[in-house]
Amino acid sequence: MQLEQLIRAELAKPEKDILLMTHIVLGYPSLEVNREVIRQMVENGVELIEMQIPFSEPMADGPTIVRANQEALEAGTTVKECLAFAEEMCREHATSFLFMTYYNILYKYGVEAFFKKAKDVGIKGFIIPDLPPEEGEEFWRMAAQYDIAPILIYAPTSTEDRMRKLAASAKGFIYCVARKGVTGTHTDFDSSFNEYMARCRKNTTLPLAVGFGISCRDDITFLTGKADIGVIGTATINLVDQKGPEAVGPFIAGLR
Amino acid sequence: MQKPGYYGQWGGAFIPEVLFETFQELNAAFTAAKADPSFWQEYVDLMATYSCRATPLTHAANLSKHFGGAQIFIKREDLNHTGAHKANNVMGQGLLVKKMGKKRVIAETGAGQHGVATATMAAKFGLECTIYMGEEDVMRQRPNVFWMEKLGATVVPVTSGSKTLKDAINEAFRDWVTRMDDTHYVMGTVCGPHPFPEMVAWFQSIIGKEAHKQILKQFGSLPARVYACVGGGSNAMGIFQGFLDHPQVELIGVEAGGHGIDSGQHAARLASKDASAGVAQGYHTMFLQNSDGQMMDTHSVAAGLDYVGVSPILTDLWDQGRVRFEAATDKEVMAALELTMKREGIIPALESSHAFVQAYKEAGDMKKDEALIINMSGRGDKDIFTIAHAFNDPSWKAFIIKKGAEYAA
Repeated sequence: MQLEQLIRAELAKPEKDILLMTHIVLGYPSLEVNREVIRQMVENGVELIEMQIPFSEPMADGPTIVRANQEALEAGTTVKECLAFAEEMCREHATSFLFMTYYNILYKYGVEAFFKKAKDVGIKGFIIPDLPPEEGEEFWRMAAQYDIAPILIYAPTSTEDRMRKLAASAKGFIYCVARKGVTGTHTDFDSSFNEYMARCRKNTTLPLAVGFGISCRDDITFLTGKADIGVIGTATINLVDQKGPEAVGPFIAGLR
Repeated sequence: MQKPGYYGQWGGAFIPEVLFETFQELNAAFTAAKADPSFWQEYVDLMATYSCRATPLTHAANLSKHFGGAQIFIKREDLNHTGAHKANNVMGQGLLVKKMGKKRVIAETGAGQHGVATATMAAKFGLECTIYMGEEDVMRQRPNVFWMEKLGATVVPVTSGSKTLKDAINEAFRDWVTRMDDTHYVMGTVCGPHPFPEMVAWFQSIIGKEAHKQILKQFGSLPARVYACVGGGSNAMGIFQGFLDHPQVELIGVEAGGHGIDSGQHAARLASKDASAGVAQGYHTMFLQNSDGQMMDTHSVAAGLDYVGVSPILTDLWDQGRVRFEAATDKEVMAALELTMKREGIIPALESSHAFVQAYKEAGDMKKDEALIINMSGRGDKDIFTIAHAFNDPSWKAFIIKKGAEYAA
């Protein structure tokens, strides 16, 4: 099933007001820990997991994820290992898995070869924060050919024209960045957020995910009814750093 | 039709969506400025009254005689205010910032020259200023850090990645996505996402425009060859643009050979076989990267050349065969620097000395009625700690030890 249909099917369940998407940096602190963290996320009902393939120049990420990328690479994490790990995860779990990475990882691997491999593995979507619809013509062709959802990003600065343009290229869902800046800083939700969400809704029929600085149950409660998916990124990385992978399950269970 | 911001297959604007509107605004401001002759005139006037332009073209008579071949001319970008060609770009972008009404500027810096130039511009135009500089570069270019801070800028040492120029660029982008409303990112070189390569090349073209006129006046004809060092490529693009339309003028870009092209410890993207096509830092070019697409550590004695990527405009000119690329090793650089000081009383920056190396290798094989131009992108006295260290100068060392003891007391 396509990613959007999977999301709609989950949202149709009466007990689900909002879905959760979590984030993992592959190889940080190790694939073994990733495996355990993912198991806990899945067991506690996370519907979508974005697995970030580490890159040496993570331009759009904040300090926590930058450091995680760097340490994963220093530990010797390779693209090949990430793909093999993804294959294992997709086989083990029914959750929808996505790849998040920067365009150079695909470009260097070979864009078509990467799509083919991701499709074989069972990946449902790609989040490539440095690839706007104006660039990487081959990427957009391959996304259609291999039916992997290219997730695009809305920002509070996006005009309605821009939102419509992005919606025309995106599939699966739209990732709405809750505020300016990079990942990992807490967002204060205020009334301008409601207007922003209304603009997002107006300009796409795709489900909306909201991320950047979502870290607690209150945030998820606030988003329920406004967004379809709440994205937990840096929060679980910090949690694993501080309390170990076993803290992830209870954290996820307590979010909604 | 060529997509805007592309040079052959190179360039583009691979930017996070949150910056889309900011780039729209920047493109609009730049396009308007480029179409307005009074903007360029304002820029030239500013550079004449604030930065010693036109910079001279010096005939290096002693060195010409020494090599016994081509007449060697040196374009003196070292005589710019703040000591390098970086001022050209920075003052130009400063005028643009005023037009856009932004209150704050940020910049990355490698050697620190671009940081000092940006801090200077910010002081003159009354802008708040933050400079991102790799921690390793903060260590090797401490005097520039001192001046940036004295000029009122905040210098943020960048501790991520390889702690050099590329990491400072990433950090500057992270700042920008947080504060794009009031902030302009003064990109220091002809790299990064469109319109930066085109914009920086446009401001730096002032070097080539002057050099073209000067060589005709002083030598009577065009030079046979023009040499420039290439880190990101802004000084090279600056001088090359004065001669690009004249195919008889050979253009030579000189990259950092570090410990040698075969050592793996260098920053030669186009002169070595080690680079491959990639997309990073917002643009498509040749990068020094591994087979997974992870950027590699580079090495050069010159911080300003120590960079994984290279201007998409230069990559295209290399592709077309219009610019030849060579590399100079750290060792060759020190020798060329010493010779230039002794014979001409001129102290080129370590970066600029790379261009001197290649010119010196070739000058003797050229005819006496031919001329070559070396773009001296900056002055070397700012590198006193690095140069003194590289020369292993005993009296300098003694001085530092004495000074250290004095401060420790």
